Amino acid sequence: MANIIELKNINKIYGEKIKTQVLYDINISFEANSFNSIIGESGSGKSTLLNIIGTLDKPTSGELYIEDKRTDTMNKLELSILRNKTIGFIFQFHYLLPEFTAKENVLMPHKIHSYHVPKEVDEWADELLNFVGLSKVKNNKATNMSGGQQQRTAIARALINKPKIILADEPTGNLDSETTENVYSILRNINKKFNTTFIIITHDQRIAEKTDRIVQVKDGRINLDLRK
Amino acid sequence: MRLAFEIALRFLKSGKGQTLLIALGISVGVAVQIFIGSLIQGLQISLVDTTIGSSSQITITSESDDKTIKDWKRTVYEAQISSPEIINVSPSLDGPASIDYENDTASVIIRGFILEDADKIYKFKNNLYQGQFPKNRGEAIIGKELAVKSGTEVGDNIALLTTRGNVITLKITGLFDLKVSSINDSWVVTDLKTAEDIFPTEGVTSVEMQVKDVFLADEISRQVAYTVSENNLKVDNWKDLNQSLLSGLNGQSISSYMIQIFVLVSVLLGISSVLAISVVQRSKQIGILKAMGIQDKDASLIFVFQGLMLGILGAILGICLGIGLLLMFTKFALNPDGSPVVPIYINYGFIALSGMFAVVTASTASLIPARITSKLNPIEVIKNG
Repeated sequence: MANIIELKNINKIYGEKIKTQVLYDINISFEANSFNSIIGESGSGKSTLLNIIGTLDKPTSGELYIEDKRTDTMNKLELSILRNKTIGFIFQFHYLLPEFTAKENVLMPHKIHSYHVPKEVDEWADELLNFVGLSKVKNNKATNMSGGQQQRTAIARALINKPKIILADEPTGNLDSETTENVYSILRNINKKFNTTFIIITHDQRIAEKTDRIVQVKDGRINLDLRK
Repeated sequence: MRLAFEIALRFLKSGKGQTLLIALGISVGVAVQIFIGSLIQGLQISLVDTTIGSSSQITITSESDDKTIKDWKRTVYEAQISSPEIINVSPSLDGPASIDYENDTASVIIRGFILEDADKIYKFKNNLYQGQFPKNRGEAIIGKELAVKSGTEVGDNIALLTTRGNVITLKITGLFDLKVSSINDSWVVTDLKTAEDIFPTEGVTSVEMQVKDVFLADEISRQVAYTVSENNLKVDNWKDLNQSLLSGLNGQSISSYMIQIFVLVSVLLGISSVLAISVVQRSKQIGILKAMGIQDKDASLIFVFQGLMLGILGAILGICLGIGLLLMFTKFALNPDGSPVVPIYINYGFIALSGMFAVVTASTASLIPARITSKLNPIEVIKNG
């Protein structure tokens, strides 16, 4: 299977006067349609790595390719279009817009690139909400949903533009174990059904073991790279 | 762009209390501006009207030896055609005289007018408090003070001594009160024919006129001076003769503008700071919108639209409030005779302008939060959870 994401000699240094190197010469690639996890202690640099892959952060040196396009040299406008169309984000905190309903939040990434919502996109939003089990509360404001429901809304939102890549940073970090199970089975199903590439940061050993590949980051370097 | 508008609208709707508070802040600013502006304009208009509204605003006199305008009919015609702004042209033949009464004398000015024309300037008819307008030769009207001190009543004859030593008798048909004591005290108003009998000269001593916009009197007087053909004519206007009144009016306008500018500045700072706080409040949402690919420009537009909508809402409320204040002031702050203490001039153009200023100010105020938004880096928000 071809690589969808490729990192070459990625270094990341924070700070101007006091420099802190967070990532050291990272070379790694991820195959299309794969289901990957990144594990590591807090402060190991795993979140920085994910944010660089997601183009939210820029590497200090090195090259990043997404779908064979070099992204570390793109300008802000090109990056925002790339993020909107190709990448879906799921964060530990859902960051839904509380002024909007669940369904409106799900449609937001579509509206960012095109305000008009055609019938098929509207139906797709319903299908996604159904898929994450939120059909009944889709017209609730974000504030009128439980934490698990909000996180599932964020998952549906990440999928609305049918991105090729989903980056998740501890998506279940503040959910109970039952809901965590539930969310992972949803992510896995999406991976199978829509051929979406997943990179998930997790603390949870059990979750990591269920993925196809486990990458362990330690002190800014890749310590372990296990494939099933 | 439409998404930015939709998000802005939702933000405003969800924080109703905050929205209302900002809108009220703007509206108070607009209302104060409208109220003060209208008050000052009203004061100025009434001041100008009482000082120069019933007097000659441009006056043509002669600098020839005998101080008379020979071909006055031509001069009147030329004055009339020199500018479309000119109204109420009236020639007059004036001369000094003195009046004897009981054991005293008083100097007076005999003013011979074409009475119907002069009435348009001086409004004698409206201010006649006794008797009627002169109809025949040899009839005249005099002012209140002169009538009182000389003990003259309607129907009396008065004897006037001219500088040439002639004694002329005029019949008083009416008494006027122009509310200007120098006029009430000294003018003997009669028709031009009678004055010509008294002062056997050729022509008139002045041609008086008014203009539609009194503040253009200096420019128009230059046009008049350019147009009149007789030699040795001098054209004066009220602005050149009343510099102190003008500088007073200017000072008043400037202080009114200063108040209005400071009100605008405080409105601007208020909106700007509240919107800047709301950017901080919503930085997480803006961060995620940016992560999802919203462009900096559109993210900034959310706050510009908020400013614009707040400005429009505040302007509408402020105009209602301002007009309400003005109406209350004209209804309840009254003189004993029922007229308003301060005449208020409602100028719809000015009110619309104040509203527009509020909208522009609010939009300008939103530029600071818009800039903060544009610079907001999604990674900062996401990292800090």
